[in-house]
Amino acid sequence: MEESPYAIPSRKFTMWLFIISDAVTFGAFLMAYGFIRVGTPNWTRPFESGSVINVVVMTIVLITSSLTMLGAVDASKVGDKAKAMRFLYSTIALGTIFAILHIREWHELILKGTTLSSGLFGQTFFTITGLHLLHVISGVIALLIVGMKYSKGSLTPGHVETTGLYWHFVDLVWMFVVPLVYLTNIAH
Amino acid sequence: MSAASGNVIRKYLPVYFVLIGIFLVEVFLSFRIASTSKLVIVLLFLALCSAALGLLYFMHLAEERQGLFLTLIPVTIFVLLMMNMWWSDSVRLLHMRSAGQ
Repeated sequence: MEESPYAIPSRKFTMWLFIISDAVTFGAFLMAYGFIRVGTPNWTRPFESGSVINVVVMTIVLITSSLTMLGAVDASKVGDKAKAMRFLYSTIALGTIFAILHIREWHELILKGTTLSSGLFGQTFFTITGLHLLHVISGVIALLIVGMKYSKGSLTPGHVETTGLYWHFVDLVWMFVVPLVYLTNIAH
Repeated sequence: MSAASGNVIRKYLPVYFVLIGIFLVEVFLSFRIASTSKLVIVLLFLALCSAALGLLYFMHLAEERQGLFLTLIPVTIFVLLMMNMWWSDSVRLLHMRSAGQ
């Protein structure tokens, strides 16, 4: 049988390829946003200090979920299933908290009149953050399914690791979304 | 077994705090720097530092075979940089507008 490329399992390599393609997708969205942002005079700056505090909490929650995911991957590798599940459920809980805070942020913006059809800011903001939120929700669902199947023994620690890779990527994308979409649009 | 999984959290805790620290610096600078272009450059640089840390340590790319890194990352950076050719046109677009627009 042919050796796996780069001495990593094919599943993990496939996830890396998916991550690269997804990174380029997000890159294209952020570049398009940047183009519109620079080319539009009097750009909307809707974020007050309350929104910034919300974003700070959201970011800390997401980075913490990456740390708990590391714990889940490591515990699964050493065969400590109970500990791996505890870390996995913590990651799922943090991911859910992030999604709730995100939706709350959207709700407040919509109440202020910023919607998908209210202008260029609304269109770009909801498209980029919506795509990211979709990734978070997909990640939470994937973690739930992988966690349940791993606890039953039908999936291996390798599956947990591959899902973890995806989860860290979601965290990584957020590190670009926050400064470009939120922090450059704070009302001074 | 439990000790091993506890160690990994301890091992990556400094990376975790550095990531949170970088983010808080970003928030602080976004209130301090008034010029949007300067702010974008500084924030992008800090975001790249955070992404590099996440990629190397949280995603364990530093521990993988070097060939994987060399296959995936330079190509991605090249593609992302090539997308930037449109930026100059956005500035042109801004200056094409009349004062009333």
